[in-house]
Amino acid sequence: MLAPVLHILPLTRIRRERLLPVPGKVLVRKGQKVATTDIIAEARLNPEHLLLNIARGLGLSEEKADTYLQCKTGMKVAQGDVLAGPVGITKRVVRAPKDGKVIVAGGGQILLELDSPPFELLAGLPGIVVHLIEERGAAIETTGTLIQGVWGNGRLDFGLMYVLMRSPDDVLTSDRLDVSMRGSIILGGYCKDAEVLKNAAGLPIRALILASMEPYLLPLAERLRFPILVVEGFGKRPMNSAAYNLLTTNERREVAVNAQPWDAFNGTRPEIVIPLPANVEPPLPPDTDTFSAGQQVRLVRLPFQGGIGTIVEIRPGVTPMPSGITVSAAEVQLESGEKVLVPLANLEVIA
Amino acid sequence: MSTSLIDADSVLAIDIGSITTRLALFDVVDSRYRFLASGSAPSTVNSPFNDISEGIRHAIDRLQAVTGRTLIGADERLIVPATSDGSGVDIVAATISAGPPLRVVIMGLLEDISLESARRLISTTYARIVDSISLADRRRIEERLDAIVRLRPDLVLVTGGTEGGASQSVLKLLEAVGLAAHLLPDGNRPDVMFAGNQSLRDEVKATFDKRTPLHFATNVRPALEFEQLEAAQYQLARITGYVRARQIPGVKELDNWTGGGLLPTSMAFSRIVRFLSKVYNSSKGVLGIDVGSSATSLAAAFDGELVSRVYPQLGIGHGLKDFLENCPLDDINRWLHLDVPNDYARQYIYNKALYPASVPATLEDLAVEGALARQAMRIALKKSAPSFPEKTMRYGPDLSPWFEPIIAMGSVLTRAPNLPQAALMLLDGLQPTGVTTLVLDQNHLAPSLGVIAAINPLLVVQVLESNTFLTLGTVISPVGEARPGASVLRLRMAYTGGGETALDVKQGTIELLQLPMGQSAEIHLQPLHRFDIGMGGPGRGGRLRVIGGALGVIVDARGRPLHLPGDTARRRELLNKWRWMVGC
Repeated sequence: MLAPVLHILPLTRIRRERLLPVPGKVLVRKGQKVATTDIIAEARLNPEHLLLNIARGLGLSEEKADTYLQCKTGMKVAQGDVLAGPVGITKRVVRAPKDGKVIVAGGGQILLELDSPPFELLAGLPGIVVHLIEERGAAIETTGTLIQGVWGNGRLDFGLMYVLMRSPDDVLTSDRLDVSMRGSIILGGYCKDAEVLKNAAGLPIRALILASMEPYLLPLAERLRFPILVVEGFGKRPMNSAAYNLLTTNERREVAVNAQPWDAFNGTRPEIVIPLPANVEPPLPPDTDTFSAGQQVRLVRLPFQGGIGTIVEIRPGVTPMPSGITVSAAEVQLESGEKVLVPLANLEVIA
Repeated sequence: MSTSLIDADSVLAIDIGSITTRLALFDVVDSRYRFLASGSAPSTVNSPFNDISEGIRHAIDRLQAVTGRTLIGADERLIVPATSDGSGVDIVAATISAGPPLRVVIMGLLEDISLESARRLISTTYARIVDSISLADRRRIEERLDAIVRLRPDLVLVTGGTEGGASQSVLKLLEAVGLAAHLLPDGNRPDVMFAGNQSLRDEVKATFDKRTPLHFATNVRPALEFEQLEAAQYQLARITGYVRARQIPGVKELDNWTGGGLLPTSMAFSRIVRFLSKVYNSSKGVLGIDVGSSATSLAAAFDGELVSRVYPQLGIGHGLKDFLENCPLDDINRWLHLDVPNDYARQYIYNKALYPASVPATLEDLAVEGALARQAMRIALKKSAPSFPEKTMRYGPDLSPWFEPIIAMGSVLTRAPNLPQAALMLLDGLQPTGVTTLVLDQNHLAPSLGVIAAINPLLVVQVLESNTFLTLGTVISPVGEARPGASVLRLRMAYTGGGETALDVKQGTIELLQLPMGQSAEIHLQPLHRFDIGMGGPGRGGRLRVIGGALGVIVDARGRPLHLPGDTARRRELLNKWRWMVGC
């Protein structure tokens, strides 16, 4: 059976395609070294437009107004530039109300695309540009630790990681945040209090990595300007030991946190990258797998959510669960040594 | 690989769900069509595959293993038509519900006329309305343009203008879309579906000048007082297919296999419901409910008149992110029979949304999933009810019309630990009235049969006659007012093979009368206290011939609508009592 794959890897090759949502301009070259927040491409994503009624402005019919146009499609115009006219004794003109570009001119009207800051696509991870995708972006590659999470608020940043977790099920409280952590990436545990997020924003910090979070905090977390990445899920859930061990042993290292939302369709997932040198270039991790005995897995639902284990056996046919449902299941040996039956649908293969 | 369905024998039905790809094989056995076997595999619509073919291939492998029939040839292609050695199939029928809901901007002249029709049309498929524009819209044209460019819809649905009615105002509305089609880069331009004043076709074509895919459908509002959605509904289904084909590799090939007959699962499901309503020719409606991961779909047909609705916001997997926006947490919690923390359901919802394919392994998780299914059905029925024919709403807007039968599907129901649990979810969620039959589509065959019904109705009739669906039982639900414990229905059941059972059913109870599957009995019903069981009015009873289902005959005398105590402890006690009564 096909198995979903979760990357929690101490040292791997990481290759990510970073693409603009619409065609734009790629600003990097192949072989270029980029940092997490470097701009690699830009595009006009959601420009504002202005439709000017030239005919009315000049007091003419549409056809006649077109003969007084002083601009063409594609022309850049500055605020105050004459777009049409002059007409009559009073020399009536229509001027550009703002800086912009003429998109359409004719039929007694001009459509202006107003100048606005472009959408900037950030590298998202530190590395080398290994491939350019014309008008869309680039593929960036690096080596290092890769840890994927389950939820992110759409921001990204990098910085030195400050570990506030003392155990996988630690609770992050606001009194543990102080000014010495300003500009750091904080590794916290479970967050149940809005005060924690507000205090973190007040310092401010560069990013917050959490084991879990109460769902009622989502609207606030989505509004905050620093990245928040949740590794396990919602409600009080301990951080899985694989991620916890990797993160806590990398304190004071530079960490890139890309808290992009998990989008299964497009294949994006919130990620933490800790760049590390590799003497021998490791292979790219697999994106697909099938379940088999011996695989290391993460359990994604209660009662073992966040548990790490090893598949002992894929049970033939279907197996009844404590809930009463019967499903394809595996016997999994947890790190504690306990063997449990888990639906295959509730497992992710760690690779 | 497209083939004609005429004179064909074997049919392979493929359904691409957001979680599971299901295959069903039908063929002729002893001169009658039969459902032979099914095979399923995880859908591969998502990354890293982003191609449905992989999931189909895995499901075919399963089906081949189960049936021993070779379906894939040496060239790695599906064998169509079947060969003389029995390999392959003659026909492929396919449905799809996978993929993100279509993002739609609707346009129309009047908010409560053409836009309302547009809303109803869009609600028949897997789509979300991201903006609506009407004459009452105060935004300037460039603001509307900016909205369309920012939202990047998959589809713009334009309605408005009755036949021979408004034209200039419709064309004025189109300006923003025309400009957006001009501005958006190739590949980001929305399909445009025009279902308004048909005399404007040439002008509409000129507006878009081949810049964006343009589709015409019959006017959904040819007159102010008349709405016709059916033809446009089919066109919308096809457009959904085109958009999916652009979004998801493999969909186009699948459509080719079916000879261009790929349909959204919800539409195919509604077709079988309408088909059945014509076959039964009953004074009651036929109800179909599909509680799926990406959406809850409801189809109700009354003498061939179809009401079909898809609610992506009520999906209990992928759709869960929006569930709480449509339903207060307390309305979900009220169905929980277990003592779990108040916030447990909220956490469940957000965690399940992360892993829509995951399954409830604990009793607590199963309870929440059951609560969500109940609430999804409740809301779907409530939202759809205003579209039901007025004459069918005998008990007012809050109670279900009479249906016969009720067909249900969706993993939450078909995968329930036992059949009483599935039945109780349906009884709680749909709260049927009068006399009906609960039917469970355990193999998710209804949509496939819906596709096939249009071209090979004989197959559908014969497969349905072969007990392909599981009958849970006949349900009798008296409607009326009485204090708990009062007798509301006097019942006597005479078994065809001899023997009799009699009882007085009390208000607030559920009774299960044993009647083995397939065996018949005659039931004499006499409502008390002017309760209504749909046999001619309050207090009127009569005789009823019933066939036994998996749970025999169910008398649900808990009252309509169900009243759940506000006190948590009392409510849980009552829910557990009901579970005990049906044998959960």
